[in-house]
Amino acid sequence: MARAVTQQRKIINTTLAWGVGLLIFFPILWTILTSFKTEAQAIADPPIFLGFDWTLENYAAVMERSNYSRFLWNSIIIAGGSTLLGILIAVPAAWSMAFVPSKRTKDILLWMLSTKMLPAVGVLYPIYLICIQFGILDSKIALVIILMLINLPIIVWMLYTYFKEIPGEILEAARMDGASLKEEVLYVLTPMAIPGIASTVLLNVILAWNEAFWTLNLTAAKAAPLTAFIASYSSPEGLFYAKLSAASTMAIAPILILGWFSQKQLVSGLTFGAVK
Amino acid sequence: MATHHSRSAARLMMAPAVVLLLGWMLVPLTMTLYFSFKKYLPLRGGDLGWVGFDNYVRFVSSSAFWPSVLTTLTLVGGVLLITVVLGVVLAILLNQPMWGQGMVRILVIAPFFVMPTVSALVWKNMFMDPNYGLLAHLWEFFGAQPVEWLSQASLPSIVMIVSWQWLPFATLILLTAIQSLDSEQLEAAEMDGAPAHKRFAFITLPHLGRAITVVILIQTIFLLSIFAEIFVTTGGAFGTKTLTYLIFQRVLESQNVGLGSAGGVYAIILANIIAIFLMRIVGKNLAK
Repeated sequence: MARAVTQQRKIINTTLAWGVGLLIFFPILWTILTSFKTEAQAIADPPIFLGFDWTLENYAAVMERSNYSRFLWNSIIIAGGSTLLGILIAVPAAWSMAFVPSKRTKDILLWMLSTKMLPAVGVLYPIYLICIQFGILDSKIALVIILMLINLPIIVWMLYTYFKEIPGEILEAARMDGASLKEEVLYVLTPMAIPGIASTVLLNVILAWNEAFWTLNLTAAKAAPLTAFIASYSSPEGLFYAKLSAASTMAIAPILILGWFSQKQLVSGLTFGAVK
Repeated sequence: MATHHSRSAARLMMAPAVVLLLGWMLVPLTMTLYFSFKKYLPLRGGDLGWVGFDNYVRFVSSSAFWPSVLTTLTLVGGVLLITVVLGVVLAILLNQPMWGQGMVRILVIAPFFVMPTVSALVWKNMFMDPNYGLLAHLWEFFGAQPVEWLSQASLPSIVMIVSWQWLPFATLILLTAIQSLDSEQLEAAEMDGAPAHKRFAFITLPHLGRAITVVILIQTIFLLSIFAEIFVTTGGAFGTKTLTYLIFQRVLESQNVGLGSAGGVYAIILANIIAIFLMRIVGKNLAK
């Protein structure tokens, strides 16, 4: 008996799943909707869902008042820079672990992951001092380096996972044909590794974009990214829901879109290959 | 196979990552240890000399210490419980045949991409505010007294916010795992007359074991250092002071670096206990 899924069951599944999906998504939807309301409509009682006068004034106000573009720029530099630097350091490491594994490879990988467990707050003051010492407190370069370091274990793991799936025979064949190590990496490995590297980059950009311990504690006026920009809204002054929503929408939109496009790759990457 | 030459090349390629991480671990750690044995008040006299284990004793005997450990464990445990249980349920639901599955996935994963400061502020103001929040409107609609979420039920509220952020991750990982389950096995069990709950307990759940381990490991890493969600909602008030937050207050707010560093060492010890425990499981589970 081939178990035919009845139409009725499919309807129930669909309704349930969409209901739950919309419920989970609702806070984001509500934020986006509120960002187009006037401040008075944003706190109207009862709440207005769609029947309000759509306006862009909050976006204009946020752009004008808080120099949003500088925060955005800082976020882009910090997330992009730390990812780029991390990839440059992690690719050779992951490559060697995947293709020239030794007895210690697994231990090194686990050790790397365990450094992620080091509570950031435990080393906050030393890092703070080091930044002052080098004159890089409240600078983008400090955050690029720090975020690169905290995400490095994850980058190495992810790349290792992807590289391991590249069949070793191809590399051996290239070696037999007399390819040097450099040629092997450049012409054989790189093209095959690009998809894995791309999803690693994506995940790392997302993690760095949303990182909110170091970015809040090590920046002030100059290097503050969007996480700090939003946190400045935590002490409300007057009517501000609509502006808060506009600012929030602007802070999350780039990553939300990026994430949606790459959700499939993210899953396999984030589980370090443990779940297929 | 691997020649001696390629082996040393491999070590060289690994070196930058290993050296950097080693430095990242050891340098600040050594400094934290050093400060933890000193009376060090940057704004009130600076380095006031060695005090032995004074800071350690004071940190533990402060009335805020044990509650903060408990809060940390409650937060991490609560979020893990909610996300894993709901994640399994959601994964099973999303794995059923339906229309628009891809779209639902997109809706479900969205919270994962929202930065912690944004989600905390949105929840705090637009949902949990006792006057204008949507939940207050909802409560009033049903004739109930609106709850002051972040003061009356502060820790559960934060657990809720954080669970909302991490549920997508758990769901997606578990969904991926469930999709690799051999459906013939389930169908065979069904034909043999195994009821749904037994099929779940003896086939689906064991199959998900590995995925659940991964979810717990990765979430624990991130949950132990939860900061922004507390920073922008309660600021550590109303029983939401985790160990992380307590140390943050000692170091940055009261500028007592010695005391805060001793706290940092405790946090590192706590994290290591959990790490060793987790690494054992994961190492076992990931070894193929």
